[in-house]
Amino acid sequence: MIDSEFAITSRGLTRHFGSLIAVDNVDLRIPAGQIYGFLGPNGSGKSTTIRMLCGLLTPSAGSAQVLGMDTRKESEKLKQLIGYMTQKFSLFEDMTVRENLQFISEIYAINRKLRKSRVDELLEKFELTDRIKQKAGSLSGGQKQRLALAAATLHKPKILFLDEPTSAVDPQNRRDFWETLFELAEQGTTILVSTHYMDEAARCHRLAVLDRGVKVADGSPRELGENIHSHVIELSAEDPDLARAALSGEANIISITQLGMRLRILIPKESNNPIEIVNSRLAQASIKADVEQVSPDLEDVFVAVTELRKEKKETKEVIAA
Amino acid sequence: MKSLIRIFAVMRKEFLQLSRDRLTFGMIVGIPLVQLLMFGYAINTDVRNLSAAFADEADTHLSREFMAELSASQVINLNQRVSSVQELNQLLDAGSISIGVYIPDDFDRRIIQRDRKAMQLLVDGTDPIILGVAQQLAALSITFDSQSNVRSDPSLIEVRNYYNPERRSAVNIVPGLVGVILTMTMVLFTAVAIVREKERGNLELLINTPVKTPELMLGKIFPYILIGLIQLIIILSLGRFLFAVPLRGSEVDIFYVSLLFIGTNLSLGLLISTISKTQFQAMQMAFFILLPSILLSGFMFPFEGMPVLAQYIAEVLPLTHFNRLIRGIILRGADMMSMWDELAALAAFMIATLALAIVRFNKRLD
Repeated sequence: MIDSEFAITSRGLTRHFGSLIAVDNVDLRIPAGQIYGFLGPNGSGKSTTIRMLCGLLTPSAGSAQVLGMDTRKESEKLKQLIGYMTQKFSLFEDMTVRENLQFISEIYAINRKLRKSRVDELLEKFELTDRIKQKAGSLSGGQKQRLALAAATLHKPKILFLDEPTSAVDPQNRRDFWETLFELAEQGTTILVSTHYMDEAARCHRLAVLDRGVKVADGSPRELGENIHSHVIELSAEDPDLARAALSGEANIISITQLGMRLRILIPKESNNPIEIVNSRLAQASIKADVEQVSPDLEDVFVAVTELRKEKKETKEVIAA
Repeated sequence: MKSLIRIFAVMRKEFLQLSRDRLTFGMIVGIPLVQLLMFGYAINTDVRNLSAAFADEADTHLSREFMAELSASQVINLNQRVSSVQELNQLLDAGSISIGVYIPDDFDRRIIQRDRKAMQLLVDGTDPIILGVAQQLAALSITFDSQSNVRSDPSLIEVRNYYNPERRSAVNIVPGLVGVILTMTMVLFTAVAIVREKERGNLELLINTPVKTPELMLGKIFPYILIGLIQLIIILSLGRFLFAVPLRGSEVDIFYVSLLFIGTNLSLGLLISTISKTQFQAMQMAFFILLPSILLSGFMFPFEGMPVLAQYIAEVLPLTHFNRLIRGIILRGADMMSMWDELAALAAFMIATLALAIVRFNKRLD
């Protein structure tokens, strides 16, 4: 390995599907032994990027090194070192829990003597021991997810790619799942996980925000919050709808998000007195509300970077027209 | 060693999944049963240009005139001359001719005195259509230009029905059905088996493991070979008990020939699976192969009776070669090595399709 500090690096990674640019010029430097998140909505290129890093898709342009190996040329060698959990879990639904793991252990040609003990160990670890004779197809979402993770980690991969692993499971299962991920990371596994849940993204050591194929921001959740190009104002009012209507004409507001009785308002960093902007608007409409400036969370970051990009694009279009 | 472990892993998985897929399991047994009962009765058609050979031991004006008349009927193609009746028998056994014409050295005397049969038609009676043709030929009344007082009529021609003296069409249909059923099930099962994994997303998991393409392909093929052999046994036993089809050749030859044919069809199925994206597409393509196989392979109509273009198409269908082999072995008791060219054709087809399938199967998603 040339650069052991980074488990994954990429330069200008791009992938087209016909005229659609699914992933556009993405540079990545993912440190070893950390949990790295891809945050983005559906269609933002998370899965495509992961597939390119696994060597399942050939990049249209650019290149990626995983564990120092080129994903184009050395993908077969990489397979032994990486684990991949697909969005759909991809289990053999007509086979039992044990049969699925047994099959995977044979596919990775794990030493015959160790095979059974490794499968048993995983069944124990992922609390599937009482389900060994159940068909994978009849498992609950959480159980399927645990089985898929067991299958993906059976050969003790150095890097684990998880493509939206928690989209089909309940909050308790998600918590347990993340506990397991932290354990794996502590043991030295690099984990790349894609998600569209903010709370999950906040748990990552570092993350990249993807928006329509472009990496719009990256860093630790704290760094991302600190570097946000907006003030975050939180407003509590009796009737948030009225407050929202009163604020809608304000050009200086990037976005308004409603959270129950509260509104979360993003205002550009350039504005000197963001609270005043909001208050004056509310006063004009004679609406009473508590207004305070708060520290940004990941959702604010996400909204800010994607809105910013939208605006830039619109400006460009206006100029072009 | 690791390769073997992985091949066995894929095999075991296929068996497990098969044993749980009741519909497929039902088809394995159901298809031979239904088809056998459906095709139990043959279809008759007009035939021309059947390949034939003759042994003219008389070699007189009269015998040559007689042969010319037979040729003129255009029903048989008398382009091959041999010197003895033994050679005619050999050609029939090998399946290279359907009809042999034997003229003894005292042909002239026999035809003038009209006391004994003047000539023989030796017929491969396994195909009832060919037998029908021979009987039409025998019914010709032939007059001779050189001696107008002499006349040949049906009473002077003896038709010798080889291999199928009872003239039962089932005798011909059952061995042919072995090939049709194997084509139908083997191509379809493998094609669908892989495309189904593609659809369910299992393939995305598999291609992300160290399993190599040939390992995956071989592991997938082996269980179906066993299924193919089970079907073979079902058809041949049913043919024996329901339709009293004889088994004249060696069982070992049948086993080898069928094994080769099963392998050919499985490779073809794999190739289809690498081309199609959905199970439906895979099925359509399998039927695209199946229909010409049924119609052109000689299963339904005698090969030589077909137009030349159809014959060319038929030659690239594995079933055509298998039909010649299996009919030869079962009905005429032929040795499989006497038809080595058919074996070679099947083997070449299998190697080509399997290689193409392995090349085409990409361990990538793009």
